[in-house]
Amino acid sequence: MIVPIIKKSIPPLLVLFVVIGIHYFITYGVLEPTRRFLLPPPHSIIYEGFFVPKHRDEILKGLFLTTRVSFIGLGIAFIIGFTTALLMSQAKWIERSLYPWAVFTQTVPILALVPIIGFWFGFDMLARIIVVVIISIFPIIINTLTGLNGASKNLHDLLTLHDSSRWTRATKLMIPYALPDMFTGLRTSAGLAIIGSIVGDFFFGRGSPGLGMLLKVYSSRLRTEELLSATFVACLLGVTVFWSFSYFGRRLVGHWSEAWSK
Amino acid sequence: MTEKIITFENVSKSFGAITALENVNISVDQGEFLALVGPSGCGKSTILRIASGLDYPSLGSMNTNTKKVGYVFQDSTLMPWRTVRKNIEFLAELEKIDKKIIKKKANAIIELVGLQDFSEHYPIALSGGMKMRASLARSLVLEPELFLFDEPFGALDLITRGRLNVELMQLYNYKKFTSLFVTHSVEEALFLSSRVLVFSGRPGTIKGEFVVPFKYPRDSGIRYTSEFAELSGEVGKILEKFS
Repeated sequence: MIVPIIKKSIPPLLVLFVVIGIHYFITYGVLEPTRRFLLPPPHSIIYEGFFVPKHRDEILKGLFLTTRVSFIGLGIAFIIGFTTALLMSQAKWIERSLYPWAVFTQTVPILALVPIIGFWFGFDMLARIIVVVIISIFPIIINTLTGLNGASKNLHDLLTLHDSSRWTRATKLMIPYALPDMFTGLRTSAGLAIIGSIVGDFFFGRGSPGLGMLLKVYSSRLRTEELLSATFVACLLGVTVFWSFSYFGRRLVGHWSEAWSK
Repeated sequence: MTEKIITFENVSKSFGAITALENVNISVDQGEFLALVGPSGCGKSTILRIASGLDYPSLGSMNTNTKKVGYVFQDSTLMPWRTVRKNIEFLAELEKIDKKIIKKKANAIIELVGLQDFSEHYPIALSGGMKMRASLARSLVLEPELFLFDEPFGALDLITRGRLNVELMQLYNYKKFTSLFVTHSVEEALFLSSRVLVFSGRPGTIKGEFVVPFKYPRDSGIRYTSEFAELSGEVGKILEKFS
């Protein structure tokens, strides 16, 4: 159990070492001492970000707030997205009516929309959650819809032969069939949800300071060390969420779904 | 006189400008195993769809006096999220049969088709032949009076296909369900059925009828007898002429 994990970790760790090496090289070999603030060495980034209590507390609090907003937003996006996809799967005309608007959420320039959302809903939790929902709902709708529409004609015929109701067809065939695709959508959306909450934060610049606001504050003060630490934490959050959803997907449908069995 | 389970009278079917079936007359006796042989796209599957009520004739009429119809598709159409046992119980579950009775029936059927060792597996872990056995078992649970087979073994390798032919023949000999079996394998049709109808290419019309003289239960070896080869040749000739 442990040995394969170590084996698997070797290649990405090697890449990490190479990147750290290049990082040091640029700091000490390329930049003149007066310009080193542009790219401080890794150890001082880690020191400033995680060992100076003030910064550490700021970043951890930011991480907590960002995570909370992301998850609440993702949850709401899932409920709305799933319901929308289920409605779309019930009749072609509903799908045709809603599909362009689902695409709309994907193509809307979110950066332009964020200030308006602020005007309308204030600059706190609610507005941030709305940004997260808009940015993360599309993959949920599309993947769920693909799954709901994916069951073979023969399976549908089988249910028709036994006079199944719309409800039976949805619960016994379409929804279980869609589960693997739903997880794929959720995994993609989870990453987007974090980006959404950071973007919202960054632009609102008010209310409770999540990671996005910290990034803004640090960059305006040219605090490169803390800026990079906070960015690193944001990335780690994204990776953790992606892995968690991969893990849950494998645990829940991996024993029967081709796509999730590996 | 034996009872007719299903009859087609002058049935034609067209989809838009395409005529799939033309003037088809079929009647199947209770307990008869009728095979329909024809080239791909000759509307054989449409006959099964009409027989099951999934589709309707454009002209003519179809009459059946049973509602207990089992349909076996070309692919196993198992639900990948259900274990073999749960798949086999599925149709009975749809019919809202008592859970205890379902369990009992499923157990008996699982044993009958030889899936004991696989009943708790998911379809992803099964070979093509095993999946087809499970698919067959799923229909058997409801004890259909009329079985519709839409090239159920078409996607299998020849060895597995031959083995499943023997198993299905034994099953038929034991249960004597009425069957309409669509295939484009002459050998399969002759080995399984008591009567063969040969179809032409589109639009599908009946070009020949053969009564298969071999007695049930049939030995798998009959497929290599000269009598079998001769009959097979006659069917093949008609098939080739009209495809």
